[in-house]
Amino acid sequence: MRVIHVIDHGGERHTLEALDGWRVMEIIRDWNLPLKGTCGGACECATCHVFVAPEWAGKLIPPSAKEEGKLDMVPLTQKNSRLACQSLFRPELDGLEVTLAPVSG
Amino acid sequence: MTERIETDVVIVGAGPVGLFAVFELGLLDIKAHLIDILPKIGGQCAELYPEKPIYDIPGFPVISGQGIVDNLMRQIEPFKPVFHLGEMVEGLENLGTPERPRFRVRTDSDKIFECKSVIVAAGGGSFQPKKPPIEGIDGYEDTGVFYAVRKMDAFRGKRILIVGGGDSALDWTVNLQPLAKRLTLLHRRDAFRAAPDTVNKMRSLVASGEMDMQLGQVVALKGPAPKLEAAVVRRDDGSTYEVPADVMLPFFGLTMKLGPIAGWGLNLHENLIPVDTEKFETSVPGIFAIGDINHYPGKLKLILSGFHEGALAAQKVHRYVYPEKKLLFQYTTSSTSLQKKLGVVPEKRKEPETV
Repeated sequence: MRVIHVIDHGGERHTLEALDGWRVMEIIRDWNLPLKGTCGGACECATCHVFVAPEWAGKLIPPSAKEEGKLDMVPLTQKNSRLACQSLFRPELDGLEVTLAPVSG
Repeated sequence: MTERIETDVVIVGAGPVGLFAVFELGLLDIKAHLIDILPKIGGQCAELYPEKPIYDIPGFPVISGQGIVDNLMRQIEPFKPVFHLGEMVEGLENLGTPERPRFRVRTDSDKIFECKSVIVAAGGGSFQPKKPPIEGIDGYEDTGVFYAVRKMDAFRGKRILIVGGGDSALDWTVNLQPLAKRLTLLHRRDAFRAAPDTVNKMRSLVASGEMDMQLGQVVALKGPAPKLEAAVVRRDDGSTYEVPADVMLPFFGLTMKLGPIAGWGLNLHENLIPVDTEKFETSVPGIFAIGDINHYPGKLKLILSGFHEGALAAQKVHRYVYPEKKLLFQYTTSSTSLQKKLGVVPEKRKEPETV
Protein backbone atom coordinates (compact mmCIF):
# COMPACT_ATOMS: atom_id res chain seq x y z
CA MET A 1 0.00 0.00 0.00
CA ARG A 2 1.43 3.38 -1.02
CA VAL A 3 0.85 6.43 1.13
CA ILE A 4 1.13 10.18 1.40
CA HIS A 5 1.45 12.12 4.66
CA VAL A 6 -0.59 15.27 5.16
CA ILE A 7 -0.21 17.74 8.02
CA ASP A 8 -3.48 19.52 8.64
CA HIS A 9 -4.14 23.10 9.81
CA GLY A 10 -3.85 21.99 13.44
CA GLY A 11 -0.47 20.36 12.91
CA GLU A 12 -1.76 16.79 13.05
CA ARG A 13 -0.11 14.30 10.67
CA HIS A 14 -2.36 11.98 8.67
CA THR A 15 -1.16 9.00 6.64
CA LEU A 16 -3.41 8.37 3.65
CA GLU A 17 -3.50 5.48 1.21
CA ALA A 18 -2.66 6.83 -2.22
CA LEU A 19 -3.68 5.41 -5.59
CA ASP A 20 -1.49 5.80 -8.67
CA GLY A 21 -2.76 8.28 -11.20
CA TRP A 22 -4.94 10.22 -8.79
CA ARG A 23 -4.31 13.90 -8.17
CA VAL A 24 -2.80 14.56 -4.76
CA MET A 25 -5.70 17.00 -4.15
CA GLU A 26 -8.21 14.21 -4.84
CA ILE A 27 -6.44 11.82 -2.45
CA ILE A 28 -6.47 14.40 0.33
CA ARG A 29 -10.09 15.38 -0.33
CA ASP A 30 -11.36 11.81 -0.66
CA TRP A 31 -9.96 11.02 2.77
CA ASN A 32 -12.04 13.91 4.13
CA LEU A 33 -9.27 16.31 5.08
CA PRO A 34 -10.31 19.97 4.76
CA LEU A 35 -8.75 20.72 1.40
CA LYS A 36 -11.08 22.47 -0.99
CA GLY A 37 -10.74 21.65 -4.64
CA THR A 38 -13.46 23.99 -5.72
CA CYS A 39 -12.75 23.74 -9.44
CA GLY A 40 -12.35 19.96 -9.29
CA GLY A 41 -8.71 19.91 -10.36
CA ALA A 42 -8.90 22.26 -13.34
CA CYS A 43 -6.08 24.51 -12.05
CA GLU A 44 -8.51 27.41 -11.81
CA CYS A 45 -9.25 28.15 -8.17
CA ALA A 46 -5.98 27.79 -6.19
CA THR A 47 -7.88 26.42 -3.19
CA CYS A 48 -5.75 23.25 -3.04
CA HIS A 49 -2.65 25.17 -1.93
CA VAL A 50 -0.15 23.02 0.01
CA PHE A 51 3.45 23.35 1.21
CA VAL A 52 5.59 20.45 0.05
CA ALA A 53 8.14 19.05 2.55
CA PRO A 54 11.63 20.18 1.43
CA GLU A 55 12.90 16.65 0.79
CA TRP A 56 10.01 16.05 -1.65
CA ALA A 57 9.80 19.41 -3.43
CA GLY A 58 12.36 18.44 -6.07
CA LYS A 59 10.67 15.09 -6.79
CA LEU A 60 7.46 16.65 -8.08
CA ILE A 61 7.18 17.65 -11.72
CA PRO A 62 7.95 21.41 -11.77
CA PRO A 63 4.91 23.69 -11.96
CA SER A 64 3.56 24.58 -15.38
CA ALA A 65 3.15 28.22 -16.38
CA LYS A 66 -0.55 27.82 -15.63
CA GLU A 67 0.11 26.58 -12.10
CA GLU A 68 2.56 29.44 -11.48
CA GLY A 69 -0.09 31.83 -12.76
CA LYS A 70 -2.62 30.44 -10.31
CA LEU A 71 -0.13 30.52 -7.44
CA ASP A 72 0.12 34.26 -8.20
CA MET A 73 -3.50 34.44 -7.01
CA VAL A 74 -2.56 33.20 -3.54
CA PRO A 75 -1.70 36.21 -1.37
CA LEU A 76 0.91 34.43 0.74
CA THR A 77 3.06 31.66 -0.67
CA GLN A 78 6.35 30.05 0.23
CA LYS A 79 9.16 28.64 -1.89
CA ASN A 80 7.64 25.17 -1.46
CA SER A 81 4.06 26.18 -2.35
CA ARG A 82 2.28 23.97 -4.91
CA LEU A 83 -1.27 23.36 -6.04
CA ALA A 84 -2.06 19.77 -5.02
CA CYS A 85 -4.29 19.18 -8.05
CA GLN A 86 -1.35 19.56 -10.41
CA SER A 87 0.60 16.58 -9.08
CA LEU A 88 -0.47 13.09 -10.05
CA PHE A 89 0.49 10.40 -7.56
CA ARG A 90 2.95 7.81 -8.84
CA PRO A 91 5.04 5.08 -7.13
CA GLU A 92 8.09 7.38 -6.87
CA LEU A 93 6.02 9.67 -4.63
CA ASP A 94 5.33 6.95 -2.04
CA GLY A 95 5.73 8.71 1.30
CA LEU A 96 5.20 12.25 -0.08
CA GLU A 97 4.61 14.76 2.72
CA VAL A 98 2.67 17.99 2.35
CA THR A 99 1.19 20.53 4.75
CA LEU A 100 -2.17 22.16 4.15
CA ALA A 101 -1.66 25.89 3.64
CA PRO A 102 -3.69 28.34 5.72
CA VAL A 103 -6.93 29.28 4.02
CA SER A 104 -7.11 32.95 3.10
CA GLY A 105 -10.21 35.06 3.77
CA MET B 1 -33.48 56.89 -4.31
CA THR B 2 -34.79 53.43 -3.39
CA GLU B 3 -36.12 51.48 -6.31
CA ARG B 4 -39.05 49.16 -5.47
CA ILE B 5 -39.86 46.20 -7.69
CA GLU B 6 -42.79 43.85 -7.36
CA THR B 7 -42.48 40.42 -8.93
CA ASP B 8 -43.43 36.77 -8.42
CA VAL B 9 -39.99 35.31 -7.70
CA VAL B 10 -36.53 36.63 -6.93
CA ILE B 11 -33.72 34.28 -7.98
CA VAL B 12 -30.47 34.83 -6.09
CA GLY B 13 -27.70 33.99 -8.55
CA ALA B 14 -27.62 34.10 -12.36
CA GLY B 15 -25.49 31.03 -12.98
CA PRO B 16 -26.70 28.11 -15.13
CA VAL B 17 -29.06 26.76 -12.47
CA GLY B 18 -30.65 30.15 -11.75
CA LEU B 19 -31.03 30.69 -15.51
CA PHE B 20 -32.79 27.37 -16.15
CA ALA B 21 -35.13 28.02 -13.22
CA VAL B 22 -36.44 30.97 -15.25
CA PHE B 23 -37.51 28.49 -17.96
CA GLU B 24 -39.36 26.16 -15.60
CA LEU B 25 -41.04 29.10 -13.88
CA GLY B 26 -41.89 30.71 -17.20
CA LEU B 27 -43.74 27.63 -18.46
CA LEU B 28 -45.99 28.11 -15.42
CA ASP B 29 -46.51 31.84 -16.11
CA ILE B 30 -44.29 32.83 -13.18
CA LYS B 31 -42.15 35.95 -13.61
CA ALA B 32 -38.62 36.18 -12.21
CA HIS B 33 -35.95 38.77 -11.48
CA LEU B 34 -32.38 37.54 -11.03
CA ILE B 35 -29.73 39.20 -8.88
CA ASP B 36 -26.01 38.47 -9.16
CA ILE B 37 -22.95 40.09 -7.63
CA LEU B 38 -20.91 39.59 -10.80
CA PRO B 39 -21.25 42.21 -13.53
CA LYS B 40 -22.03 39.39 -15.97
CA ILE B 41 -24.47 36.51 -16.38
CA GLY B 42 -23.32 32.90 -16.02
CA GLY B 43 -21.95 32.38 -12.51
CA GLN B 44 -19.03 29.98 -12.14
CA CYS B 45 -19.35 28.82 -15.77
CA ALA B 46 -18.76 32.28 -17.14
CA GLU B 47 -16.33 33.45 -14.46
CA LEU B 48 -14.12 30.42 -13.77
CA TYR B 49 -14.22 28.25 -16.92
CA PRO B 50 -15.88 29.91 -19.92
CA GLU B 51 -13.49 28.18 -22.35
CA LYS B 52 -13.33 24.80 -20.63
CA PRO B 53 -15.21 21.85 -22.13
CA ILE B 54 -17.95 20.31 -19.98
CA TYR B 55 -18.84 16.71 -20.81
CA ASP B 56 -21.74 15.96 -18.49
CA ILE B 57 -24.56 18.22 -19.63
CA PRO B 58 -27.36 15.95 -20.91
CA GLY B 59 -27.74 16.22 -24.64
CA PHE B 60 -24.34 17.85 -25.16
CA PRO B 61 -21.39 15.48 -25.60
CA VAL B 62 -19.20 18.53 -25.07
CA ILE B 63 -19.97 22.19 -24.49
CA SER B 64 -17.96 25.09 -23.06
CA GLY B 65 -18.84 26.92 -19.85
CA GLN B 66 -19.79 30.03 -21.82
CA GLY B 67 -21.56 27.87 -24.41
CA ILE B 68 -24.02 26.43 -21.92
CA VAL B 69 -24.71 29.93 -20.57
CA ASP B 70 -25.35 31.27 -24.08
CA ASN B 71 -27.70 28.37 -24.84
CA LEU B 72 -29.61 28.90 -21.60
CA MET B 73 -30.01 32.61 -22.35
CA ARG B 74 -31.57 31.71 -25.72
CA GLN B 75 -33.78 29.15 -24.05
CA ILE B 76 -35.18 31.59 -21.48
CA GLU B 77 -35.48 34.57 -23.80
CA PRO B 78 -39.26 34.07 -24.37
CA PHE B 79 -39.84 34.67 -20.66
CA LYS B 80 -38.04 38.03 -20.59
CA PRO B 81 -36.22 37.64 -17.26
CA VAL B 82 -34.87 40.82 -15.67
CA PHE B 83 -31.28 40.84 -14.48
CA HIS B 84 -29.75 42.97 -11.74
CA LEU B 85 -26.01 42.52 -12.10
CA GLY B 86 -23.23 43.85 -9.94
CA GLU B 87 -25.56 43.72 -6.95
CA MET B 88 -25.54 41.57 -3.86
CA VAL B 89 -28.63 40.52 -1.95
CA GLU B 90 -28.17 41.69 1.63
CA GLY B 91 -31.47 41.60 3.46
CA LEU B 92 -34.35 39.17 3.34
CA GLU B 93 -37.46 39.98 5.38
CA ASN B 94 -40.27 37.52 5.85
CA LEU B 95 -43.54 39.46 5.58
CA GLY B 96 -46.03 36.65 4.93
CA THR B 97 -47.19 33.40 6.47
CA PRO B 98 -46.10 29.84 5.77
CA GLU B 99 -49.24 29.35 3.65
CA ARG B 100 -48.97 32.69 1.85
CA PRO B 101 -45.28 33.62 1.83
CA ARG B 102 -44.23 37.14 0.99
CA PHE B 103 -40.70 38.46 1.10
CA ARG B 104 -38.92 41.79 0.91
CA VAL B 105 -35.45 41.41 -0.59
CA ARG B 106 -32.94 44.27 -0.36
CA THR B 107 -29.72 44.58 -2.35
CA ASP B 108 -26.53 46.45 -1.49
CA SER B 109 -27.58 49.24 -3.83
CA ASP B 110 -30.79 49.64 -1.83
CA LYS B 111 -33.05 48.13 -4.48
CA ILE B 112 -36.09 46.53 -2.84
CA PHE B 113 -38.01 43.56 -4.28
CA GLU B 114 -41.34 42.26 -3.01
CA CYS B 115 -42.09 38.72 -4.10
CA LYS B 116 -43.97 35.55 -3.21
CA SER B 117 -40.99 33.21 -3.34
CA VAL B 118 -37.22 33.34 -3.30
CA ILE B 119 -35.07 30.80 -5.08
CA VAL B 120 -31.49 30.72 -3.84
CA ALA B 121 -29.26 29.51 -6.69
CA ALA B 122 -26.10 30.97 -5.23
CA GLY B 123 -23.72 28.13 -6.17
CA GLY B 124 -20.57 28.39 -4.08
CA GLY B 125 -21.55 31.76 -2.69
CA SER B 126 -21.08 35.25 -4.05
CA PHE B 127 -17.82 36.07 -5.82
CA GLN B 128 -15.92 38.60 -3.75
CA PRO B 129 -12.35 39.88 -3.93
CA LYS B 130 -9.86 37.59 -2.23
CA LYS B 131 -8.58 39.27 0.93
CA PRO B 132 -4.93 38.76 1.87
CA PRO B 133 -4.73 37.01 5.26
CA ILE B 134 -2.99 39.96 6.93
CA GLU B 135 -3.75 40.63 10.57
CA GLY B 136 -5.76 43.83 11.02
CA ILE B 137 -6.41 44.37 7.32
CA ASP B 138 -10.12 44.89 8.05
CA GLY B 139 -9.26 48.05 9.94
CA TYR B 140 -7.83 49.68 6.83
CA GLU B 141 -10.51 48.64 4.33
CA ASP B 142 -12.06 51.51 2.36
CA THR B 143 -9.57 54.00 3.78
CA GLY B 144 -6.18 52.46 3.13
CA VAL B 145 -6.95 49.11 1.46
CA PHE B 146 -9.16 48.86 -1.62
CA TYR B 147 -10.07 45.83 -3.73
CA ALA B 148 -11.43 47.89 -6.61
CA VAL B 149 -10.98 51.37 -8.02
CA ARG B 150 -14.28 53.25 -8.30
CA LYS B 151 -13.04 56.83 -8.67
CA MET B 152 -9.49 57.22 -9.92
CA ASP B 153 -9.27 60.73 -8.56
CA ALA B 154 -9.48 59.49 -4.98
CA PHE B 155 -5.95 58.16 -5.46
CA ARG B 156 -4.41 61.41 -6.68
CA GLY B 157 -1.30 62.47 -4.80
CA LYS B 158 -1.12 59.26 -2.76
CA ARG B 159 1.70 56.79 -2.27
CA ILE B 160 0.15 53.71 -3.86
CA LEU B 161 1.12 50.05 -3.45
CA ILE B 162 -0.44 47.70 -6.01
CA VAL B 163 -0.06 43.97 -5.39
CA GLY B 164 -0.54 41.34 -8.09
CA GLY B 165 0.65 40.13 -11.46
CA GLY B 166 -2.42 39.93 -13.68
CA ASP B 167 -4.36 42.33 -15.86
CA SER B 168 -6.10 44.10 -12.98
CA ALA B 169 -2.83 44.89 -11.20
CA LEU B 170 -1.01 45.97 -14.36
CA ASP B 171 -3.87 47.99 -15.84
CA TRP B 172 -4.31 49.95 -12.62
CA THR B 173 -0.53 50.40 -12.33
CA VAL B 174 -0.43 52.07 -15.72
CA ASN B 175 -3.62 54.08 -15.11
CA LEU B 176 -2.81 55.33 -11.61
CA GLN B 177 0.92 56.00 -12.02
CA PRO B 178 0.37 59.48 -13.54
CA LEU B 179 -1.86 60.48 -10.59
CA ALA B 180 0.14 58.96 -7.76
CA LYS B 181 2.72 60.70 -5.63
CA ARG B 182 4.69 57.46 -5.99
CA LEU B 183 3.52 54.06 -7.20
CA THR B 184 5.02 50.67 -6.35
CA LEU B 185 3.98 47.40 -7.98
CA LEU B 186 4.70 44.33 -5.84
CA HIS B 187 4.57 40.74 -7.09
CA ARG B 188 5.88 37.44 -5.80
CA ARG B 189 7.99 36.79 -8.91
CA ASP B 190 9.38 38.64 -11.92
CA ALA B 191 6.85 37.23 -14.39
CA PHE B 192 3.50 38.81 -15.14
CA ARG B 193 0.37 37.21 -16.60
CA ALA B 194 -1.01 40.49 -17.87
CA ALA B 195 -1.23 41.60 -21.51
CA PRO B 196 2.34 41.99 -22.85
CA ASP B 197 1.67 45.54 -23.97
CA THR B 198 0.72 46.64 -20.43
CA VAL B 199 3.67 44.77 -18.93
CA ASN B 200 5.99 46.60 -21.35
CA LYS B 201 4.51 49.97 -20.36
CA MET B 202 5.16 49.08 -16.72
CA ARG B 203 8.75 48.08 -17.49
CA SER B 204 9.37 51.41 -19.27
CA LEU B 205 7.99 53.36 -16.33
CA VAL B 206 10.32 51.41 -14.03
CA ALA B 207 13.28 51.96 -16.35
CA SER B 208 12.65 55.71 -16.45
CA GLY B 209 12.38 55.86 -12.68
CA GLU B 210 8.73 56.96 -12.71
CA MET B 211 7.59 54.01 -10.58
CA ASP B 212 9.03 51.07 -8.64
CA MET B 213 8.54 47.35 -9.18
CA GLN B 214 9.52 45.03 -6.35
CA LEU B 215 9.48 41.31 -5.69
CA GLY B 216 7.98 40.00 -2.46
CA GLN B 217 4.75 39.51 -0.55
CA VAL B 218 2.95 41.70 2.01
CA VAL B 219 2.97 40.09 5.44
CA ALA B 220 1.84 43.00 7.64
CA LEU B 221 0.41 46.51 7.53
CA LYS B 222 1.51 49.48 9.62
CA GLY B 223 -0.23 52.66 10.64
CA PRO B 224 -2.89 53.79 13.12
CA ALA B 225 -5.97 52.17 11.55
CA PRO B 226 -7.84 53.34 9.55
CA LYS B 227 -4.83 55.32 8.34
CA LEU B 228 -2.35 53.17 6.43
CA GLU B 229 1.29 54.22 6.56
CA ALA B 230 3.32 51.30 5.29
CA ALA B 231 3.28 47.67 4.20
CA VAL B 232 5.78 45.14 5.50
CA VAL B 233 7.09 43.06 2.61
CA ARG B 234 8.84 39.67 2.90
CA ARG B 235 11.41 38.82 0.26
CA ASP B 236 12.04 35.37 -1.16
CA ASP B 237 14.93 34.87 1.27
CA GLY B 238 12.71 35.57 4.28
CA SER B 239 14.04 39.04 5.08
CA THR B 240 11.54 41.89 5.45
CA TYR B 241 11.45 45.61 4.68
CA GLU B 242 8.85 48.38 4.61
CA VAL B 243 7.18 50.10 1.68
CA PRO B 244 5.63 53.45 2.67
CA ALA B 245 2.07 53.61 1.36
CA ASP B 246 -1.14 55.57 1.88
CA VAL B 247 -3.14 53.13 -0.17
CA MET B 248 -2.78 49.41 -0.98
CA LEU B 249 -4.65 47.70 -3.81
CA PRO B 250 -4.38 43.89 -3.62
CA PHE B 251 -5.51 42.11 -6.81
CA PHE B 252 -5.72 38.38 -6.03
CA GLY B 253 -8.84 37.56 -7.96
CA LEU B 254 -12.17 36.42 -6.59
CA THR B 255 -13.26 33.87 -4.05
CA MET B 256 -16.75 32.59 -3.23
CA LYS B 257 -18.35 33.57 0.06
CA LEU B 258 -21.71 32.59 1.54
CA GLY B 259 -22.17 36.18 2.70
CA PRO B 260 -25.50 37.56 3.96
CA ILE B 261 -27.35 34.29 3.20
CA ALA B 262 -25.92 33.11 6.52
CA GLY B 263 -28.16 35.60 8.30
CA TRP B 264 -31.56 34.82 6.77
CA GLY B 265 -32.75 32.38 9.40
CA LEU B 266 -32.24 29.33 7.22
CA ASN B 267 -30.94 26.11 8.76
CA LEU B 268 -27.41 25.80 7.46
CA HIS B 269 -25.25 22.70 7.28
CA GLU B 270 -21.57 23.54 6.65
CA ASN B 271 -22.41 26.60 4.55
CA LEU B 272 -24.95 24.64 2.50
CA ILE B 273 -28.74 24.97 2.71
CA PRO B 274 -30.61 21.74 3.51
CA VAL B 275 -33.78 21.19 1.46
CA ASP B 276 -36.46 18.54 1.06
CA THR B 277 -36.18 16.42 -2.05
CA GLU B 278 -39.74 16.89 -3.26
CA LYS B 279 -39.73 20.63 -3.80
CA PHE B 280 -36.23 21.73 -2.72
CA GLU B 281 -37.76 24.09 -0.20
CA THR B 282 -35.67 25.26 2.77
CA SER B 283 -36.69 25.41 6.40
CA VAL B 284 -38.58 28.63 5.54
CA PRO B 285 -41.71 28.10 3.40
CA GLY B 286 -41.38 30.08 0.20
CA ILE B 287 -37.58 30.03 0.17
CA PHE B 288 -36.06 27.37 -2.08
CA ALA B 289 -32.44 26.39 -2.68
CA ILE B 290 -31.24 24.76 -5.89
CA GLY B 291 -27.84 23.93 -7.35
CA ASP B 292 -24.51 23.69 -5.52
CA ILE B 293 -25.77 25.77 -2.58
CA ASN B 294 -28.22 23.13 -1.36
CA HIS B 295 -27.76 19.90 0.52
CA TYR B 296 -29.75 16.67 0.86
CA PRO B 297 -28.93 12.97 1.21
CA GLY B 298 -27.28 11.82 -2.00
CA LYS B 299 -26.74 15.35 -3.35
CA LEU B 300 -24.35 15.59 -6.31
CA LYS B 301 -22.92 18.97 -7.22
CA LEU B 302 -23.76 18.67 -10.88
CA ILE B 303 -25.34 21.28 -13.13
CA LEU B 304 -27.87 18.68 -14.25
CA SER B 305 -28.95 18.20 -10.65
CA GLY B 306 -29.59 21.91 -10.35
CA PHE B 307 -31.73 21.84 -13.50
CA HIS B 308 -33.90 19.07 -12.04
CA GLU B 309 -34.17 20.80 -8.68
CA GLY B 310 -35.39 24.01 -10.37
CA ALA B 311 -38.10 22.11 -12.26
CA LEU B 312 -39.50 20.62 -9.07
CA ALA B 313 -39.21 23.82 -7.07
CA ALA B 314 -41.21 25.64 -9.75
CA GLN B 315 -44.18 23.33 -9.07
CA LYS B 316 -44.37 24.44 -5.43
CA VAL B 317 -43.72 28.09 -6.32
CA HIS B 318 -46.80 27.91 -8.57
CA ARG B 319 -48.93 27.14 -5.51
CA TYR B 320 -47.64 30.27 -3.75
CA VAL B 321 -48.02 32.55 -6.77
CA TYR B 322 -51.37 31.20 -8.00
CA PRO B 323 -52.99 29.65 -4.91
CA GLU B 324 -56.41 29.36 -6.58
CA LYS B 325 -55.21 27.85 -9.84
CA LYS B 326 -54.95 24.13 -10.43
CA LEU B 327 -51.59 23.09 -11.86
CA LEU B 328 -51.91 20.82 -14.90
CA PHE B 329 -48.76 18.99 -15.96
CA GLN B 330 -48.02 19.55 -19.64
CA TYR B 331 -45.31 18.61 -22.10
CA THR B 332 -43.67 21.22 -24.31
CA THR B 333 -43.81 18.75 -27.20
CA SER B 334 -47.59 18.50 -27.20
CA SER B 335 -49.06 21.44 -25.36
CA THR B 336 -50.16 24.29 -27.62
CA SER B 337 -50.39 26.67 -24.68
CA LEU B 338 -46.79 25.95 -23.63
CA GLN B 339 -45.62 26.30 -27.20
CA LYS B 340 -47.37 29.66 -27.48
CA LYS B 341 -45.45 30.84 -24.42
CA LEU B 342 -42.23 29.69 -26.05
CA GLY B 343 -43.21 31.36 -29.31
CA VAL B 344 -42.92 28.12 -31.27
CA VAL B 345 -46.53 27.23 -32.25
CA PRO B 346 -46.32 24.81 -35.22
CA GLU B 347 -48.34 25.16 -38.43
CA LYS B 348 -52.05 24.41 -38.09
CA ARG B 349 -52.74 20.73 -38.68
CA LYS B 350 -55.52 19.77 -41.01
CA GLU B 351 -58.61 18.74 -39.03
CA PRO B 352 -59.60 15.11 -39.65
CA GLU B 353 -62.81 14.82 -41.62
CA THR B 354 -65.78 13.89 -39.52
CA VAL B 355 -67.68 10.82 -40.54
